[in-house]
Amino acid sequence: MSLIRDKDYGTPASPSEKNVTLEIDGFKVTVPEGTSVMRAASSIGIEIPKLCATDSIDPFGSCRLCVCQVEGGRGYPASCTTPVSQGMKVQTENAKLNQIRKGIMELYISDHPLDCLTCPSNGNCELQDMAGTVGLREVRYGYEGKNHLKSEKDTSNPYFTFDPSKCIVCSRCVRACEETQGTFALTIDGRGFDSKISPGQNEAFMDSECVSCGACVQACPTATLMEKSVYQKGQPDHSIITTCAYCGVGCSFKAEMKGAEVVRMVPDKNGQANHGHSCVKGRFAFGYATHPDRLTTPMIRKSIHDPWQKVSWEDAINYAASEFKRIQEKYGRYSVGGLTSSRCTNEEAYLVQKLVRAAFGNNNVDTCARVCHSPTGYGLKQTLGESAGTQTFDSVMQSDVILVIGANPTDGHPVFGSLMKKRLREGAKLIVADPREIDLVKSAHVKAEYHLKLRPGTNVALVNALAHVIVTEGLVKEDFVNERCDIDSFNKWRDFVAQERNSPEASEIHTGVAAQKVREAARLYASAGNGAIYYGLGVTEHSQGSTTVIGIANLAMATGNVGREGVGVNPLRGQNNVQGSCDMGSFPHELPGYRHVADVTTRSLFESVWGVKLEAEPGLRIPNMFAAAIDGSFKGLYCEGEDIAQSDPNTQHVQEALESMECVVVQDLFLNETAKFAHVFLPGASFLEKTGTFTNAERRISPVRRVMPPKAGYEDWEVTQMLSNALGYAMDYSSAKEILDEIASLMPTFKGVSFKKLDEQGSVQWPCNDEAPDGTPTMHIGQFVRGKGRFMPTEYVPTSERTTGKYPLILTTGRILSQYNVGAQTRRTDNVAWHSEDRLEIHPHDAEDRGIVTGDKVAIRSRAGVTVLHTLVTERVQPGVVYTTFHFPESGANVITTDNSDWATNCPEYKVTAVQVEKVAGFSQWQNEFQAFTEEQLSMLEKATAAG
Amino acid sequence: MSQSDWDKDAVTQLIDSLKDKPGAMLPILHGIQDNLGYIPKDSVPLIAKALNVSRAEVHGVITFYHYFRESPPGKHTIHLCRAESCQSMNGPRLEAHAKAKLGIEYHETTTDGNFSLEPVYCLGNCGCSPAMSINGEVYGRVSPERFDEILDELRGQA
Ligand code: SF4
Ligand code: SF4
Ligand code: SF4
Ligand code: FES
Ligand code: FES
Repeated sequence: MSLIRDKDYGTPASPSEKNVTLEIDGFKVTVPEGTSVMRAASSIGIEIPKLCATDSIDPFGSCRLCVCQVEGGRGYPASCTTPVSQGMKVQTENAKLNQIRKGIMELYISDHPLDCLTCPSNGNCELQDMAGTVGLREVRYGYEGKNHLKSEKDTSNPYFTFDPSKCIVCSRCVRACEETQGTFALTIDGRGFDSKISPGQNEAFMDSECVSCGACVQACPTATLMEKSVYQKGQPDHSIITTCAYCGVGCSFKAEMKGAEVVRMVPDKNGQANHGHSCVKGRFAFGYATHPDRLTTPMIRKSIHDPWQKVSWEDAINYAASEFKRIQEKYGRYSVGGLTSSRCTNEEAYLVQKLVRAAFGNNNVDTCARVCHSPTGYGLKQTLGESAGTQTFDSVMQSDVILVIGANPTDGHPVFGSLMKKRLREGAKLIVADPREIDLVKSAHVKAEYHLKLRPGTNVALVNALAHVIVTEGLVKEDFVNERCDIDSFNKWRDFVAQERNSPEASEIHTGVAAQKVREAARLYASAGNGAIYYGLGVTEHSQGSTTVIGIANLAMATGNVGREGVGVNPLRGQNNVQGSCDMGSFPHELPGYRHVADVTTRSLFESVWGVKLEAEPGLRIPNMFAAAIDGSFKGLYCEGEDIAQSDPNTQHVQEALESMECVVVQDLFLNETAKFAHVFLPGASFLEKTGTFTNAERRISPVRRVMPPKAGYEDWEVTQMLSNALGYAMDYSSAKEILDEIASLMPTFKGVSFKKLDEQGSVQWPCNDEAPDGTPTMHIGQFVRGKGRFMPTEYVPTSERTTGKYPLILTTGRILSQYNVGAQTRRTDNVAWHSEDRLEIHPHDAEDRGIVTGDKVAIRSRAGVTVLHTLVTERVQPGVVYTTFHFPESGANVITTDNSDWATNCPEYKVTAVQVEKVAGFSQWQNEFQAFTEEQLSMLEKATAAG
Repeated sequence: MSQSDWDKDAVTQLIDSLKDKPGAMLPILHGIQDNLGYIPKDSVPLIAKALNVSRAEVHGVITFYHYFRESPPGKHTIHLCRAESCQSMNGPRLEAHAKAKLGIEYHETTTDGNFSLEPVYCLGNCGCSPAMSINGEVYGRVSPERFDEILDELRGQA
């Protein structure tokens, strides 16, 4: 283990395929055309001094430290902005060049504080390095001249400081914010000597447009922009590459460490999902892992109204096992089940489902994907043949038109959002279908050609209308359809969508989107070249979630937009490992690799390896478990890393179900909402404390590496293994590696996956097997996984959740950049500086009708319940629609969401709830009860602390 | 000076009328300054939104050109000449005096809102260097004493 210092080539790689040969300091070098002299030199180990250049952004040529001489050329060109040419002869160092460089360094240093010894960058400062490299020995100008040394520090951002006295105005930060992040929050204020870096309009970082992605901090060659954690802890001494545990982008990070402490998380340049970029969550919000709320001792109790009792691991595991056995004896084999987590590793999800199937002896296993992307699994499997997105993230750089439906990439999948914005700045066209004006619709240098601002719950009508235009206006890619798709299914589908009732004109009454706009958007998507569709939970979390996914796949097939770079159907997966947990057989009807439990061949394969008889009938889904619990037939649950009491719809119902159970075992970092209903608490390990793999939204399997020992002594898979052993089903893995090897031996798409491969390749996209030893970036090339692509008709059935006089508004939900899902992690970090409560967004018209102004407390009442939030009056939402995020348990967003769910997969209809909104003075009854219950449970915890 | 004293509708109209022209940023900034005498800070978000750029970018352009002001000009705008002839004829002394006397730097306005100070490069009055102009009227051979007198006169008028 050592500190990984990535080489900086100074300028980005040139994509050209044509090569050029030149001579640098007498050495021959061959590089792609368009490469800078600086990069060419660096590629053979000649590092030309530089300050304003770094290889994540385009060169700028402002510092002139990188001057060189070209034979036959004039003057001293900057090597970072000079492209190579055939036969060129370059000198990078001589007396004259050195003199120029020294002169430049002298000027810089004369206006730079000389406090290197106490500077946080000490030990890792490019300015210091350059002074050393050019051999600076004196500063003739003295330090008394006009300078910037008294400039004030800006510490407003919770994670990094801006100390302008150290700034050399190289503008790397400005360019990183523009090119890498795409936010354009920084500029140079003034000119000449007076020029300085200005966030927004010369204001504090926190007041500017900054989204705290950290790209500028990463790009800064001095201590001007610096992580506060480095101020506190000093420079790290070793680093370990691992994968972010927040969203489905799955960014690769270097955990830069000192002992067992993380000093900072630095996005990994070689990360294939993120290429050195990050967002505020992965980059900075890791403090939850060491938060004092972490519970690290196992606990048990008889009743949820008893205080907790701290016990040894052995006692906790034995108690849980004996309870499960007792329950199964009394209520039968099917009376218990388990939930895998989309936040844990593949290996851990695999083990939990194995425990349920082999040790419990039933198929009662489900996962949080039930409530988010289960329709994706179903819809894409039915049409294309594989339950996963078709592309890599990088594919978007080849897209000509991008259709975003029900997703908010800049908040939900920020690093991918930045990449998409980059492509949009290069000229790709954008269509957004969303009830709300998300940032992509219009923000600096990005503007949607069409914003189809549809009413929540009418996705299918909109998708059908788009399809109608494509088939009736002759926009179908006939060759593709004839060659690649099942023609009968296509004909049926075509006849269906061609019907007048599916036309944009007829759909307008449902969607509220002007027919002409839909027609134009459809034409654009179908005929602008490479068309790519990205979608999120705004598609899946509906009563017709699966139908919309199918409709999206239909659109892509009909326009020939599958099977190459730049196109495809791309679900933006919410959680870090939701793809992985689904792949690992977390559904009650499927064994790992999406193979039905009823399939004899699959079952006997698993039976022979696992050495048990497996149940052939699918088990219970989460909603079925709740119903059965309330009926009295489901009594015990093993829940790993999931917070159903907050995340699942109709909270009252979930609480009732949990209260009806006799043994709820929660394995988690914190006493989350579900743990408040638990009888056994098993402390979990954060991603920093374990080894395994995560699979992101592009099917990329990335390594998770342990950087510190588990706080409670065990990684999560070890706990599952102990529980299984106590239940009487033996497991004997000595490492996550052995689990992954078992997975690879059982799943054809994982056959070639191993930690060795990940060490060598960094990451790999499944399928990875004999046919595709290096993995599969783009799926369905040449042929669909299911053979012929299958079209399926998608009848629009309006949701039964309708507005009435009593409930005249539609509530829809979403999330925000700084917080992550139930917020258990991000709420325990400084990210609360950006978002400290969930608020109700309401259109000015609706607000005025109700006499509501921003900041008012309002009751949001649905058929299911009522909750109270503060309001934000904004035109982002359309009249008739209100919107909130769901990151705080006390918000009770799910107290009001209904029991409606997707017809195929039971994915809840979070996105459509008819509500009324009115101004109130106090909180709702549920919120008051919640408050009281939370207090009771915290006191139970406190009593345990006292007893322990 | 309060930032909200300007006519938002007029500025919005002006922005709308120019925003679709290529390179609309400078014409918009000139238009606003011509109308209001300066570019109010809180008009920047409107400009940014209309041009689909960030606030920071608009700010960068405004501060790059000394011509643009971010605060309302004083009642009287003093332009001091900094070009060659005046430089060689005691211009710097006048400059230092003016700044000290007014207690402001270039591009600033005195706290009482009376005077703004701006540099200018040759007023075409080189024969009578050092020169300055106030509210467009050119003065030659301005010694520090003369400077004070002129200012007193202007104050007297006020
Ligand atoms: S803050 Fe850092 S990156 Fe930005 S201009 Fe100053 S020294 Fe360069
Ligand atoms: S943190 Fe990111 S968004 Fe903020 S200024 Fe830096 S690069 Fe821009
Ligand atoms: S984009 Fe997602 S994976 Fe990447 S740093 Fe942010 S939360 Fe982590
Ligand atoms: S590194 Fe080339 S000009 Fe600064
Ligand atoms: S140089 Fe001052 S007026 Fe010409």
